[in-house]
Amino acid sequence: MPSKMKKRILGLALGSLMIGGLTLGLASPTVQAKSKEEPKNQTYYQIKKTHKMQWGVKGDTKLMGLMDIKTGKLQGFDIDMAKEITKRVDPKAKPVFTQITSGTRIPMLLNGNIDAIIATMSITPEREEVVDFSKPYFKAGQAILVKKDSKIKSIKDLNHSNMKILAVQGSNSLQNAKKYAPKAKGSALQDYATALTALQSGQGDALTTDSSILYGMAVDNKDTKVVGGNFTDDPYGVAMAKNDPKLRHAINHAIDDIKADGTYDRLAKKWFSDVPGMSWKEVAE
Amino acid sequence: MWSLFTSHASDFLTGFGWTILSSVIALIGATILGLGFALLQIVPNRAANIAGKIYIEIVRNIPLLVITMFFYVVVAKVFHLNGFVSGTIGLTLYSSAFIAETIRAGINSVDTGQYEGARSNGLTWWEAMRYVVLPQAIKLVIPPLGNQFVNLIKNSSILAFVAGMDLMYQANMISQTTFDTFGPYIIVAIFYLMLTMPLSYYMRYLENKLEN
Repeated sequence: MPSKMKKRILGLALGSLMIGGLTLGLASPTVQAKSKEEPKNQTYYQIKKTHKMQWGVKGDTKLMGLMDIKTGKLQGFDIDMAKEITKRVDPKAKPVFTQITSGTRIPMLLNGNIDAIIATMSITPEREEVVDFSKPYFKAGQAILVKKDSKIKSIKDLNHSNMKILAVQGSNSLQNAKKYAPKAKGSALQDYATALTALQSGQGDALTTDSSILYGMAVDNKDTKVVGGNFTDDPYGVAMAKNDPKLRHAINHAIDDIKADGTYDRLAKKWFSDVPGMSWKEVAE
Repeated sequence: MWSLFTSHASDFLTGFGWTILSSVIALIGATILGLGFALLQIVPNRAANIAGKIYIEIVRNIPLLVITMFFYVVVAKVFHLNGFVSGTIGLTLYSSAFIAETIRAGINSVDTGQYEGARSNGLTWWEAMRYVVLPQAIKLVIPPLGNQFVNLIKNSSILAFVAGMDLMYQANMISQTTFDTFGPYIIVAIFYLMLTMPLSYYMRYLENKLEN
């Protein structure tokens, strides 16, 4: 084994150990301890002072936030949005990206490791109790993916007893879809790859889950398309720690500005114009 | 636990029904196929022996999940097979290879003198098998065959992977909606025991009866 490769593997191993340690450390009760006595707008002034804006982003979601294995760079709609927002919050600031997962993002934000989260995060009442959200920046929700030659145009077309909806075990997407198509049969499979293969083999008429995941599937699998838009409404927002109205205001202002000056349309077009069966205009909230 | 069962009784019973149906179909199919392939391996015809050997070695050495997924996603592109049908076919083929080997071992362990004596008395190959060798072989294969049948019922949980509506699938679904990861699997384990325990006891009873 060449020594360079050895070094890289060692580096990887160390890196994953450190990440592991970090996540463990974050689970500690210090998360809760951060409270009222702290000065207001701390994060906002910090950004203005250091000219660094630390973002928590996804690294495994195609089109939204994906780590390019070849270049080691993060790419996606969320990443581009973060860059644009940073520019508008503080023109001198540089965005710094930290990869997070759905499980670690809120603890890392509350602990101060990151300043804001832009990572396919739906605005929900439960989350709003712990963090502050910006205004919605992406119109997300649950949608359906069908085969390219399918006659199905929306979830309503699935409401027949001879229709079968595919989904993945461990999420409530099948139950959600059944509310709109109660007569359809449902099959829950082990993971997204199996569910997609099952759809391609004709084991079901449609596959349902979050639209942003379906968009990624449709781009990679040209024999499928997303139809009918979202039938649930769970828009994504930027999350930040509470007690920082200045930052929230600045981010909201930035989102408005990005939409007004045409940057938003440019980014939406860049990432979503290739998705079969979807108009990139659909994502604007 | 009891309230979990009563509130999802219809799901559990549906799953139980599909598991029984799949097991019964696979049990009959695999026994017939298994006997066929066992005979194919011992008929005095070299080509047939090789064909039987190839089938058994291939099917026996591929994981059941792979065989099932093959029918669910590959074959389904040509003939439409739903999850239940592909799972049951996978289970039948997979079990048939093991049953064939069990039966072949049983036939081989009957003393060759029995076969030679039958042939020298003017019986054809088939008559010698039918009236002399197989009746003795059956007694020998009952215990290992019972094991294969119990394995087959347990392996029917493969249906859960292809949305075959069986007990295991229902347990997955119930544990995800109730967030109870313990109760549903315990209930399902009891259902499986209700199928496999009587079968084990019946096989043991048959074994004793044939011995005396």
